[in-house]
Amino acid sequence: MANNVDDSTDEQCTIKEGDCVVLKRGDVFKAAQVQKNRKVIFEKKWFFLDNAVGELYGTSFEVASGGTLQPRKPKHAESIAEVKEAGIDNRNIVDDGRSQKLTRDDIETLKGQGLKGQDIVQQLVENSSSFRDKTEFAQEKYIKKKKKKYENTVMVLKPSTRILAQMYHGREPGKICYLRYDSLALMLTLGNVHAGSKLIVFETCAGLVLGAVMERMGGQGSVIQMYPGGGPARGATDSFGFPEHFLRTLHDFPLCKVQALLAGRLSLEAQEPDAPPLPKPQGRSLESGGVDPAPEGMEMEMEKERERESETEERERRREDKAQERKMKMEEKRKKLLAAAALLQPRNADGLVIASRLHPCPVLLGLLKFLAPSRPFVVYCQYREPLIECYTKLKQQGGAINLQLSETWLRHYQVLPNRTHPVLLMSGGGGYLLSGTKVLADPPESTPPQRSEEPSPKRIKLQETDG
Amino acid sequence: MSFVEYSEFIQEGDVAIIFMGHGSMLPVKVEQGAQTQTRYGVIRHSTDLIGRPFGSKVTCSKGGWVYVLHPTPELWTLNLPHRTQILYTTDIANITMMLELKPGSVVCESGTGSGSLSHAILRTIAPSGHLYTVEFHQQRAEKAAEEFREHKVGHLVTTLNQDVCKEGFGVTGVADAVFLDIPSPWEAIGHAKTAMKRQGGRISSFSPCIEQVQRTCAALAEQGFGEICTLEVLLRVYDVRPVSIALPDLGDEDPLQAGLDTPGEGGAPATPDANAAITLRTAMPPRDMAGHTGYLTFATKSPV
Repeated sequence: MANNVDDSTDEQCTIKEGDCVVLKRGDVFKAAQVQKNRKVIFEKKWFFLDNAVGELYGTSFEVASGGTLQPRKPKHAESIAEVKEAGIDNRNIVDDGRSQKLTRDDIETLKGQGLKGQDIVQQLVENSSSFRDKTEFAQEKYIKKKKKKYENTVMVLKPSTRILAQMYHGREPGKICYLRYDSLALMLTLGNVHAGSKLIVFETCAGLVLGAVMERMGGQGSVIQMYPGGGPARGATDSFGFPEHFLRTLHDFPLCKVQALLAGRLSLEAQEPDAPPLPKPQGRSLESGGVDPAPEGMEMEMEKERERESETEERERRREDKAQERKMKMEEKRKKLLAAAALLQPRNADGLVIASRLHPCPVLLGLLKFLAPSRPFVVYCQYREPLIECYTKLKQQGGAINLQLSETWLRHYQVLPNRTHPVLLMSGGGGYLLSGTKVLADPPESTPPQRSEEPSPKRIKLQETDG
Repeated sequence: MSFVEYSEFIQEGDVAIIFMGHGSMLPVKVEQGAQTQTRYGVIRHSTDLIGRPFGSKVTCSKGGWVYVLHPTPELWTLNLPHRTQILYTTDIANITMMLELKPGSVVCESGTGSGSLSHAILRTIAPSGHLYTVEFHQQRAEKAAEEFREHKVGHLVTTLNQDVCKEGFGVTGVADAVFLDIPSPWEAIGHAKTAMKRQGGRISSFSPCIEQVQRTCAALAEQGFGEICTLEVLLRVYDVRPVSIALPDLGDEDPLQAGLDTPGEGGAPATPDANAAITLRTAMPPRDMAGHTGYLTFATKSPV
């Protein structure tokens, strides 16, 4: 059995052609796709990922000449030829810019000779007149710094929320509304995102939050992405490289139709004036949505088309084909919208996750209606004030408890023997979160008989203001 | 009800969270005929809970209202009986993401403690993952196992009563992730490595003291772990409330105007705005907050 597990795991852990991967060098990440003969540029280096195919994720590669990758085995930590001498402090070290005997040209020549990063660093150490006077700690720091500059290694990683959230935060925070990864982590947890649930996601974070939610659901349950404007943005979601069956659990619904859906006047034809009259417009209840096969009406239409086309000339046929294609596309779109609406309609979603650059208040108040009672919601905003507004409105209208406006603080540490301290630079803010739990707004209609006395007004008031 | 699957209605045998407001909550085991005392009076399980939807408002015998909530690992963390120090949601959230947990993950954890993190892990790895949790304190191990069964997650977890530093996790080459919250994590790094998959995985250790972190990081490096990273994360919860700020009186801008307004013998100057104030809604940080829980160290085991 152990072997079986191993084999299937191996399959999942192996880099394959076409895979979405993340490249890592130092603390820098880049998302890429494995394609044969495709040049990848990363951190001013270019190479081909061809040789990564068949290796396990997490493998480090040395970039060799010609841009080929060579797997580098982990226990490769050969240290620079140990230095015996070291200074006690830096009183005799003068920054005159002359301690390094190698010039830039010399280094370029060494590189040209095909010397490995490791060897270049060795050369730098040997040609530095001040190296021996540095303290042991300073020597280590010097080597580390030079290694980072001259070593040509790249790690190939399997995409995950951890990696992509850090990548986006480091490279393009503006695209994800400055959502820091610890805030994202907290959103997933506070939202109780898990397999088998029905989640509503509204985000303008390039699809990162959506991807994170989908990863946590493991392709089980359903996700309805609400989107503003023309269509959902899913650049980051694509970088996760989810298998096909994950995507089948993903639905989308335009934000601009939320009010219509809530009011029960969602008209699916009205939006497309040139759409053909549908075979059975309102015949099917929205509830039965889901993924059903092409309706019979469509089939009949196609039959008719086929009969007609035999009598008409080629040009005519082509034009009709095109119209038909457009009709099919429209029908496809309508069906998808219908399926998403059918998921929202029962108003029994298990979670609501919002992270956008739009004002969260109208979004939250609108989408909260689709949530089942006793289910969590969590809203991210880069700014605090809109969330204060959300908090105040929810307190006024009721229907939500356990409200919490929060922010996280994150600090990284350098941990080294006798040199442990916080990293000098830290993120100033990771955005704000408002979380809470939806509850039934009114007590049930049928009052239990044993409730003889009315609650005293004072108590009622107290309870109402509780949060 | 289960901690890994929502249900709509409260049933006999469920755990429900009675929410009384102002962060005051109470977990109850729902039993036909049982009663629960709250400061708002009695809640009768048969009439007030069973058959009602989760999220309902329930009126207690003395009149006050409470809400009955479906349990989640997060609510459980706030309400569980403490047998040890526990991990809170902010740390748990980061551990979960940094360990890359998802449905199907196989996780090893030690110690089990009061099961705060365990419930969160189980929620995330369900329905196909598995948790091996090791606790050296026999009573705590037994109590945790009992809770897992009551919360209908027993099938996802193996609880072991042994010393992880001496005997490890009882499994070899199966774990995607390992989490350590023990006094001397550096002694368990070798066992953690053994428990992990050949293809690699993630490890995390939680320690309150920096000396523990130093030894742990040294052990991780020695055992060949990469991407070693230590961080600390804190939660600041804001109190949203209206505040009133009095406006200062700097006297009148125009002295002539002022002279006209207050003629004669030193009568009190007419300052209609003496009590002027503006009210605004703000979010106040708390006077005291948790300033330290523990350092989180993460690392990656490379494939071999």
